[in-house]
Amino acid sequence: MAKVPMQFRLNGSDRAAFADPADNLLTVLRRGLNEFGPKYGCGQGTCGTCSVLIDGELHLACLTLAAACEGASIETVSGMADGPNLHPLQNAFMEHFAAQCGFCTPGMLIAAKALLDRNPNPSREEVIDAIAGNICRCTGYEPIIQAILSAARVSPAQRRS
Amino acid sequence: MARFRGRGMASVNYPIGMNLGGDPSQALIHSNPDGKFTVALSAIDLGQGMKQVTRQVAAETLGVPIEDVYVDTADSDTGPHDMGSFASRGTHRMGNAVIAAAREARGVLLEAAAEELEVNAADLVTDGRGNIHVKGAPSRSITVRATAQAAQFKQGKTIAGRGIFLIPLSSVDAETGEMNPNTAFAHACLVADVEVDDETGDVTVLGMSSAYELGRVINPRMVEQQLVGGAWMGISHALYETPEPYYPNPDHGPRDFNEYLMPGPGDIAPYSITILERPAPDGPFGGKGPGEMCANPVLPAIANAVYNAVGVRVNDLPITPEKILRGIRANGGAKPQARRGGAL
Repeated sequence: MAKVPMQFRLNGSDRAAFADPADNLLTVLRRGLNEFGPKYGCGQGTCGTCSVLIDGELHLACLTLAAACEGASIETVSGMADGPNLHPLQNAFMEHFAAQCGFCTPGMLIAAKALLDRNPNPSREEVIDAIAGNICRCTGYEPIIQAILSAARVSPAQRRS
Repeated sequence: MARFRGRGMASVNYPIGMNLGGDPSQALIHSNPDGKFTVALSAIDLGQGMKQVTRQVAAETLGVPIEDVYVDTADSDTGPHDMGSFASRGTHRMGNAVIAAAREARGVLLEAAAEELEVNAADLVTDGRGNIHVKGAPSRSITVRATAQAAQFKQGKTIAGRGIFLIPLSSVDAETGEMNPNTAFAHACLVADVEVDDETGDVTVLGMSSAYELGRVINPRMVEQQLVGGAWMGISHALYETPEPYYPNPDHGPRDFNEYLMPGPGDIAPYSITILERPAPDGPFGGKGPGEMCANPVLPAIANAVYNAVGVRVNDLPITPEKILRGIRANGGAKPQARRGGAL
């Protein structure tokens, strides 16, 4: 199939790529644009480590047709830090030892950001619900839950994305 | 139809490293011209913290700030040989190899400093903040950085060290069967409280408590995190995960994460941990390492708790609702067992 040109915003920058009409967004990000923040885990939408925000909404890049993202604004874990200043969620993940092997971390951070962006003061149950689509093999989830709850206590002004 | 609560416990004596020994680890350390040190290992950090632990061990032994040590791991083509990251051996085996390498490097470091200060190397001490000075005379000092530069550019010395840790292979005595299977044992005891639904066979883990004796805990936060994550994995092995649910019949095996079940963030239970420290004589600064035993006692404790709750003894893992319901049916109903140790 012939590749077609497409454009979208990636972490605040305009980007263009040539994509096969059947390519999913994860393939275009990783192979087309060398954006390795979202990980290729299961490729079936069951592990969550490829999670990205598309126009602010949480999506699985492996199940998203790239062509459907024409003109969209896409945010990955690579766009969370503001230069050398980490996002409060990233700091909280470090402080709470919420990453061990780190493979789930990009998806966990994006899922957590999607939650805090729409619900700045989530309950424990809401945090659990927000990361229920993300598999972690190492931490037992508790440190991740604690990290997200602690980042939520940081004032919204400091949490500027 | 009812929900029955049960409590189970299990203890574990856990040997560190390969049974019978014969599993060497090696480390190489060298200084760079900026006075920092690189530790080369071939073992990999899987996220358990081996890189951090060996960094602490190297800094402590060298007598330099931890910021000045970089651990380079996991290139088995170019690094010194290592048996690998398994058998809960990382802290114990690699830690000891790093100590040996760091001692040798420290010896050369102090010799180079002694040459610069025109004193005897035996009279020198490090302050752990990047300086070397004469014992009792802190003003007669030189920085580690200046020493590394003098060694390299003036004296023509390589500040480096080699380390290997090997428990020699212990063979079995043909007459008596006697052998020395391992070096350091770590110990733990874990209590699990569960609730079993006799209608659905569903098991809910209500909470767990454990005590772990791990020698010297080299990094307390990482040990705690390893124990929390490992206990989750124990619950997962006990109640959820299997590639062959009707083993040895290979049918009905899971094909993806929708079918290969694991507890999610909503299935975890409160977990209280007590760490006991009894430094091991042959461990790096007394350390042994929690490793796989983070998960081990969870499995039998949950199996015992299920038996305690409904009287069903499941002898193969995972303990699925189907096996529990078959057991309850075979017993003619749930048979809660006597419980000691107070209310759940």
